[in-house]
Amino acid sequence: MKLTGAQILIECLKEQGVDTVFGYPGGSVLNIYDALYERGQDITHVLTSHEQGASHAADGYARASGKTGVCIATSGPGATNLVTGIATAYMDSVPMVAITGQVPTSLLGRDAFQEVDITGITIPITKHNCIVKNVDELAESIRLAFKIASEGRPGPVLVDVCKDVTAAVTEYTPISIKETKTKEFIKKLPEVNESILAQAIKAINNSKRPLILSGGGSIIADIKDELLTLSEKALIPVANTLMGLGSFNGMHEYFTGLIGMHGSRVSNKANSECDLFIAIGARFSDRVISNLKRFAPNAEIMHIDIDPAEIGKNIKVHYPLNGDIKAILRRIIEAVEVNEDKKAWINQIKEWKEKFKKKYVDDGTLKPQYIIESLHKLTNGDAIIATEVGQNQIWAAQYYKYSRPRQIISSGGLGTMGYGMGAAIGAKMACPDKTVINVAGDGCFKMNCNELATAVKYKLPVIIALMNNGVLGMVRQWQTMFYDKRYSQTTIEGETDYVKLAEAFGAVGINVTKPEQVEDAIKEALKSKDRPVVINFVIDKDERVLPIVPPGAGIDELIHE
Amino acid sequence: MGKHVMGVLVKNHAGVLSRVTGLFSRRVFNIDSLAVGTTQDPEISRITIVVNGDSYTVDQVAKQLDKLIDVIEVEHLYKEESVTRELMLIKVKATSQNRSEIIQLVEVFRSNIVDVSATSLTIEVSGGSSKLEALIEMLKPFGIIEVVRTGVIAISRGE
Ligand SMILES: Cc1ncc(C[n+]2csc(CCOP(=O)(O)OP(=O)(O)O)c2C)c(N)n1
Ligand SMILES: [Mg+2]
Repeated sequence: MKLTGAQILIECLKEQGVDTVFGYPGGSVLNIYDALYERGQDITHVLTSHEQGASHAADGYARASGKTGVCIATSGPGATNLVTGIATAYMDSVPMVAITGQVPTSLLGRDAFQEVDITGITIPITKHNCIVKNVDELAESIRLAFKIASEGRPGPVLVDVCKDVTAAVTEYTPISIKETKTKEFIKKLPEVNESILAQAIKAINNSKRPLILSGGGSIIADIKDELLTLSEKALIPVANTLMGLGSFNGMHEYFTGLIGMHGSRVSNKANSECDLFIAIGARFSDRVISNLKRFAPNAEIMHIDIDPAEIGKNIKVHYPLNGDIKAILRRIIEAVEVNEDKKAWINQIKEWKEKFKKKYVDDGTLKPQYIIESLHKLTNGDAIIATEVGQNQIWAAQYYKYSRPRQIISSGGLGTMGYGMGAAIGAKMACPDKTVINVAGDGCFKMNCNELATAVKYKLPVIIALMNNGVLGMVRQWQTMFYDKRYSQTTIEGETDYVKLAEAFGAVGINVTKPEQVEDAIKEALKSKDRPVVINFVIDKDERVLPIVPPGAGIDELIHE
Repeated sequence: MGKHVMGVLVKNHAGVLSRVTGLFSRRVFNIDSLAVGTTQDPEISRITIVVNGDSYTVDQVAKQLDKLIDVIEVEHLYKEESVTRELMLIKVKATSQNRSEIIQLVEVFRSNIVDVSATSLTIEVSGGSSKLEALIEMLKPFGIIEVVRTGVIAISRGE
């Protein structure tokens, strides 16, 4: 059938099974929005307050559901407003398709109104991108975008569509999702090297003190069952990166917590003492390694990852296992054995867990750790937790116990302040039956609180647990610890009344200043069925995130009190 | 450290070159030279890159390039197993006194004179980089006006 480019675009989204898109209209996407109006009945379009919010929402939707998130923006400023969201998704390997309008082909390159070279701008922050200048290439470009975004190591793909292309008419032949999914891979997936795999299995069986680090790749590859089996069968303790939280039950006795800069004492100590360090779907970021010389100094390194470029990038690897981590883990599980040494090691881990139990001083004031623990308790550990960035993020990572993949939604790689609000909206759209909480800092919340309006408009009862310390807490903490308390530009407290702010947007606001108010406030917020709730938890500005590995120090040299 | 020649087959799309060069600057890889041209298949181009770095760098270059959707294949062309060539045009000052001396040099280097003026000669030479460097050295005393080089291209030996 003959359709316009805009109509084809919408049909292609339907082919891919897209049910939700986040976006913002403008001149160069007028045709696209018109086609959406006409034939987008099966697609919910969420109109955000800002394109950045749309990009984070698409990302949050993708992380919560595992499906590809979609956002749409107009050319020029609309497109550039997506950039932070695309970079955020890129750093955390989130499947996303960003569709931007572009000026008509006849005006390309002439500095036309709202012309910006968005494909040029986003080369370093997309897995792939393209500009469509011919309507006959549109359908294929969109299908490819979805394929590239989701297969192998996922990531964002941007498709820039010239306005005249959206108006031009051509023959459209529908394709079912099945067809697009079963076609051969764009990039061949690596096959694991059999001889290294055999050596790796031997190394696991011979090791006396192995430690697994499970990262974001474990969430993407959905290996929760395999990881649990391996850990329990071979008696291997499991640490997580921030991105890996939820890949292993946070309440399991073999779970050692976060590793690295804000890692638990157990994880970091186990890292120092282990003789085999097994990284699964993790990329050895500097936030994990700290000082390379002191990282797992007594261990051989095994690295299981789908991306060959990650193996050997940041650390020397003895057992490089490149391939589909689920398939590799299954092969390993078949062949692992338990030995007596490992029993002693796992008992050692349990002992450390007891000895180094996380604790914070309970002095009767309102503690952020207590707030997160209360959120865990009152949501039965079942909520989806989006976070902002800073202290709030690390507290949310440390004190909520994640028991399933896709339960924490946090900007790990880019550390994007203002991410959580949009991400929470996306997560709630993806999982309407789950409680979604955005654990926020006051600095972050101020960046993108405009999206409260979006949550109100779409009747999304997301809860914003605002850790209001009046400061850019994480930066201030560094100033306290490493800059002689010279508090340069980190105090943000002012006259903002967060309850009034919430109410002005049509949301509910609750003030909490004492620990005894915490549970009631959370219970109250959980009752809301169609309205976002901001709980303004007023906490002390000198609360710190602990433990912390000081800059330049080894992972074992953490400060914990 | 050392120089490594990489052959990169890419789809002949607009913007491919900026994807490739952008990757080098972004990941702090050093490029010595870069040459692009089409292959026997008009839809596929070949980029020959000379990378300056250690084995870690070369490994990362290959792996990161390979991740680009428009990159079809990355090949490390080892010295012993490949033929490398570079083309250079070099314009040098020449007077009626030294012209014949320069022409002799050109013959020794099995190169050609492609342009002559009253005060200059332009020489075309191809070969490995060391040959080109040597000719430049020999011509320096006469006064070099301009050097234009294509960058290295390479092909594997045998089939
Ligand atoms: C967009 C952006 N700008 C700056 C930073 C640097 N940064 C990291 S954490 C932080 C402080 C965040 O303050 P707040 O939201 O109040 O959180 P808190 O640490 O107090 O919990 C800053 C400024 C960042 N990560 N992202
Ligand atoms: Mg703060």
